[in-house]
Amino acid sequence: MSTLVIAEHDGTQLDVATLGLLGAARQLGEPVHLLVLGAGVAAVAAEAATVDGVAQVWLADDAAWQSPSAESLARLIEVLMPAHRTLIAAHRMLLRAALPRAAARLQAAYLSDVVGIEPGRRFVRPVYAGSVMAQVQVQAERCLLTLRPAGFAPMAGTQAACPVSAAPAVAADTRSRLAHRETLSSSRPDLTRARVVVAAGRGVGAREHMALVEQLADHLGGAVGASRAAVDAGFAPNAIQVGQTGKSVAPDVYLAFGISGAIQHLAGIKDAGVIVAVNKDPDAPIFSVADVGLVGDLFEVLPALSAGLPAVAATA
Amino acid sequence: MHVLGFVKRVVDHNVKVRVRADGSGVDTTGLKMSMNPFDEVAVEQAVRLRQAGLATQVTAVACGPAVTQDVLRTALAMGADQAVLLDPGSASGEGPALIEALAALVRREGADLVLCGKQAIDDDLGDTVPMLAALLDWPQALSVNRLERSGDGLTVDCDGDQGLEQWQLPLPAVLGVDLRLCDPRAISLPNMMKAKQAAITTVPLAELADTAALAPRFAVTGCATPPARAPGQRVDSLPQLLERLRQLPALNATV
Repeated sequence: MSTLVIAEHDGTQLDVATLGLLGAARQLGEPVHLLVLGAGVAAVAAEAATVDGVAQVWLADDAAWQSPSAESLARLIEVLMPAHRTLIAAHRMLLRAALPRAAARLQAAYLSDVVGIEPGRRFVRPVYAGSVMAQVQVQAERCLLTLRPAGFAPMAGTQAACPVSAAPAVAADTRSRLAHRETLSSSRPDLTRARVVVAAGRGVGAREHMALVEQLADHLGGAVGASRAAVDAGFAPNAIQVGQTGKSVAPDVYLAFGISGAIQHLAGIKDAGVIVAVNKDPDAPIFSVADVGLVGDLFEVLPALSAGLPAVAATA
Repeated sequence: MHVLGFVKRVVDHNVKVRVRADGSGVDTTGLKMSMNPFDEVAVEQAVRLRQAGLATQVTAVACGPAVTQDVLRTALAMGADQAVLLDPGSASGEGPALIEALAALVRREGADLVLCGKQAIDDDLGDTVPMLAALLDWPQALSVNRLERSGDGLTVDCDGDQGLEQWQLPLPAVLGVDLRLCDPRAISLPNMMKAKQAAITTVPLAELADTAALAPRFAVTGCATPPARAPGQRVDSLPQLLERLRQLPALNATV
């Protein structure tokens, strides 16, 4: 039996997250297959075949896979999975919708947000907004997992290309129709992978004040995040919400401005290297976890940091 | 349109849970329990659909021992028309048996739309909606933060990987709702009193699903408290903050 990994890529080349997924797959000790899904992605599949440790690449290359529905992707997984024991994919929206759907049909276990792999088909994942880590024993023959790729040692090195084969064709589920998709055309790095995240909470007070936060993010080559309170108040889009119900981030430095620090928000930043918090409320819970906390006015601090810190080029 | 809302009884979101000393699980004894906040939004949305004349009936469903009736009474007080308690008996009341039973109940009740939270705040797994949709072979949508009736189906806004996505779904369908879909109403005292008297139908889980054959597919074998971050430290002034930040490699242009 083998482990199937769903590749992360941008349509042109493999994303570094794929290497983290492969690193996790290698810990299971079985041959690793990689599924490359998209439209016009033969070059990505060719690149994938040369990543060390990949025994077989499956290529699903069709216009329908450009932006598939969870229902269609679940059908493909249902067809592919009987040949594999474990499926590993990134913990993101489409895959969190497709994997459990396929798991129900396959009578497979589904675990989301896995952060650790232990011998004997045991996995570790956060529960209760990350305040408890649960060790889970898989009892079903097959299991489908989403995980945060950054949490696993990435696969490194190259090999002579392994075989690339076309994945079986499946009929798309056309009942649901994508009417519109917002695309964030941002020059900033991806929130979940940025080395620096500058985040805003309710304390920024108004949407137009987000410019100060964005300015510092751009100065530091970082991404912009927001708390649920800031998103609900209309200061920031849903897509950049950080926390239990939004995205989990793991930057080297997380700078929180006007964020009180509800446990649901802290769940999304616990893997941050250094947490910096600026809040005018000295009792804000964020100060209990901030490595560097300043009780102060963010409208003074934000411009001062943009002026006083060296500019950093964005990476990733 | 008959809307079925599936709700879960969980440790209240304001309560901090503790791991048992032997690491065998989470100690929930004596803790305040509430309806999963995401499910509360689902019930609110279902009731609003009926009040707007778009739905004819709202049924709230929960699974668990008799105490689980309290979250069903909350749903009734919010405006659900009827409530069904799935009694797991000696079974766990979770996993494949529950999903199978829910699917059977949805068919038996003739529901056209299932609304439920996109995740439960205890296990944070988010598997109920896609699994139920899979067994029913219905379309699904997750992280729904806007919902509108359009033609014979629904138009929903969901969180996608890039940002908001708008999907058009035919009915029947299963939706997992996000907190920002709508705000659950405050429950009035008369409605609460009325809900206390209302009848709740109890259905054995085993009547709807083969609980013996549908074994759980995983088991929690241990729990631990994650290592705590070092306690927070403060600086006293903006110049001190700048000084500390200048020492961080990630904020240093020369690295």
